[in-house]
Amino acid sequence: MAVTGETLRRVSTAVLILSAALSGAALVSCNKQPATQPNDLAKISPGPHALPPAAASPADNGNWEMPGKDYASTRFSALNQITPANVARLGLAFTFSTATTHGYEAPPLVVDGTMYLITPFPNNLYALDLTKPGAPQKWVFKPEPAAASQGVACCGTVNRGAVYSNGRIIFNTLDGQTIAVDAKSGRQLWRTQLGNIQKGETLTMAPLVANGKVIVGNSGGEMGVRGWLAALDEGSGKLAWKAYGTGPDKDVLIGSRFKPFYPMDQGKDLGVKTWPPEIWKLGGGNMWGWVSYDPATRTIYYGTGNPGPWNADQRPGDNKWTTGVFARDINSGEALWFYQTTPHDIYDHDDINETILADIPWGNGRRPVLLRPGRNGFFYVMDRRTGQVLSATSYGHMNGYLGVDLKTGRIAVNPDKVPKPGRVGRNICPAAPGQKDWNPSAFSPLTGLVYIPHINLCMDMAVSPANYIAGTPFVGADVKMYGGPGGYRGAVTAWDPIARRAAWEVHEDLPIWSPALATGGGLVFYGTLDGWFKALDARTGKLVWRFKAGSGIIGQPISYRGPDGRQYIAVVAGVGGWAGGIVDSELDPRDPTAALGFANAVKDLPGKTTPGGMLYVFALPR
Amino acid sequence: MSSRCLADCLLVAAAALALGGCQREARHDSSKPIGGTIPAGESPDTIYPGNGAPPALDPRAARYDNNSPALAEGQFLYTRMNCVGCHAHGGGGMGPALMDDKWRYGGRIDQIAATIAEGRPNGMPAWRGRLTDDQIWKLAAYVRTLSGQPSKDAVSSRGDEMSGTTPATLTPREKPRSADTAGR
Repeated sequence: MAVTGETLRRVSTAVLILSAALSGAALVSCNKQPATQPNDLAKISPGPHALPPAAASPADNGNWEMPGKDYASTRFSALNQITPANVARLGLAFTFSTATTHGYEAPPLVVDGTMYLITPFPNNLYALDLTKPGAPQKWVFKPEPAAASQGVACCGTVNRGAVYSNGRIIFNTLDGQTIAVDAKSGRQLWRTQLGNIQKGETLTMAPLVANGKVIVGNSGGEMGVRGWLAALDEGSGKLAWKAYGTGPDKDVLIGSRFKPFYPMDQGKDLGVKTWPPEIWKLGGGNMWGWVSYDPATRTIYYGTGNPGPWNADQRPGDNKWTTGVFARDINSGEALWFYQTTPHDIYDHDDINETILADIPWGNGRRPVLLRPGRNGFFYVMDRRTGQVLSATSYGHMNGYLGVDLKTGRIAVNPDKVPKPGRVGRNICPAAPGQKDWNPSAFSPLTGLVYIPHINLCMDMAVSPANYIAGTPFVGADVKMYGGPGGYRGAVTAWDPIARRAAWEVHEDLPIWSPALATGGGLVFYGTLDGWFKALDARTGKLVWRFKAGSGIIGQPISYRGPDGRQYIAVVAGVGGWAGGIVDSELDPRDPTAALGFANAVKDLPGKTTPGGMLYVFALPR
Repeated sequence: MSSRCLADCLLVAAAALALGGCQREARHDSSKPIGGTIPAGESPDTIYPGNGAPPALDPRAARYDNNSPALAEGQFLYTRMNCVGCHAHGGGGMGPALMDDKWRYGGRIDQIAATIAEGRPNGMPAWRGRLTDDQIWKLAAYVRTLSGQPSKDAVSSRGDEMSGTTPATLTPREKPRSADTAGR
């Protein structure tokens, strides 16, 4: 059954020996890597570590055009002017108020001298002119989404980012629209209504644009919304294909090309058969997180969200195709493989976290893999051609699962923790937001490390019958979260995906809800819920710089080259989201189940930060 | 229990109720409207054009406010109609907290009933036609217990949720701000 720690260690050792033995071959492959400009990568270590595939992570042009930085989702900027040696002098260059006071999870985008900001609801899009002093506003586009959409957004009225492609800025609105705007003029090019708020369906994710397709997925796993991932034509906004997260094979776009690696994911119409009758129609499996793309094979990779309702007793079975990873052909949407990380999810462990494309030393060359810091607490290294799990290693405190059997691919759930009707599950770790929620890691080709911003929370969970009423929550659980063991609620872990251990780890008192940024200068940036924006030395984890923002930070930091040739670092502060709702929505922590239990874990936060929405841009002095 | 004893018990209970002038156990059949109004108090931050006096409390309020059966049924509906999914057990989440002293659209029972029936523009669904008026009033009555408004002898001593929340009998009464004019 479950792979024991001992087995895992032996496998780990074997992998290490293998990689060491083949480091010669890796060196050759590594030196050929044209991933970034030669100048920027002068200091790259030729060691046998993971590297992003060149096609998915091209040379850095100094812009930041999509939230993940590149199709490999590295969130790595090759710019190297700012280093651990000079970062102490990093200072504020300019600011901009976003006129919002709710959770700001999006990154700024920078394209050839213009910065674009997409706000949480009401999803206004600002363009700032970076060529002029103080970066004045060029234009603002206001999509005016329906106000009622705020009432069906499970975890804050957030937006996770816009994307730039071929002269267009494309983004989603909370009320279910995907909109393309001309990047120069701010004029609308097209808008397509995809979600229906009457069913509780919203759009919060950042689209991915590749190969002429705009990839969009829906939110609503807490509202009984059936998940889907859709592709729109980039030029017209017309629907090209739509793949559901539950239901019959034809709805999921499962056909003859579908070759899942493990027998547990093989069979006909599993999206129906692994559910009680009809429940798959309300079953979730949404896609509100991150999509990556491999241009070499024209394949997209993404994970699906939690099954609904949270009360797992109402949906016996594996609940396909929720909480698992899909590989699909971007042109047709056809599924190529699927791996269910958490069959019959009990703890809201959505699998929508980022998927980083990397090539790791293997055999006499490199093996194309996916690096996935899972919400369930395992760091997965998977072959991206087949979906085979090469390793699954816990990267934080865990007692809800016992391990992952690499033979069957199946996760082992700790039966002692499972809540049942009439029996509260106590001290379950990680809690519902997992070892790590939506906020993505950064992957540096300089170090081969994945910098994981994550949380350390445990929970009590009680289940009760959920009643489906369209447009209202479909949960059936009371949750109460609190800090995990060790006296810290957040951590940044520099994870070595090959050695399968942390190179270093930095603890934070509060849970970390901000993504990470890695730079060519050897720094890692992230923000804290109480408003500190921090820089760590990417090799040691040493804190080398920090700045106190006016509100808690859950936004995605970026780095870009300004029109003046200098390197800039930018982030938007604005506390909120699931973790910060206690502040921006004034929740009352006397009720430990507020915010689906999160408020209880951050009772102290309202005393430490206030709502806001402010862009901060930093540079070294001239 | 024999029917004789039951009758005796009911008599005693009825006498106690009559003596105390207490409506907390009264069960109303829905056919008979109840007349009279409860005098409205001062409202701190709502403008009432003309003479500044708030409108009289809806007379139906008397049947539900501080009424144990209504509160108990409201508590049941609060979970089954998924109010709990947004407002949690008063602390809020997708929707605002209901246990604090802040009422965006008024904390008087008739104002809460109106909010439930008509919905509100930032996402509160409209339940008119989905729930009966009677159910809406019961829900409104229960919602007031989350901030400790009803008298403590009317509310339930145990919640429907897992342990951890303060029972309604011990919930401190918030002094309502905004348009709560019940003033009791």
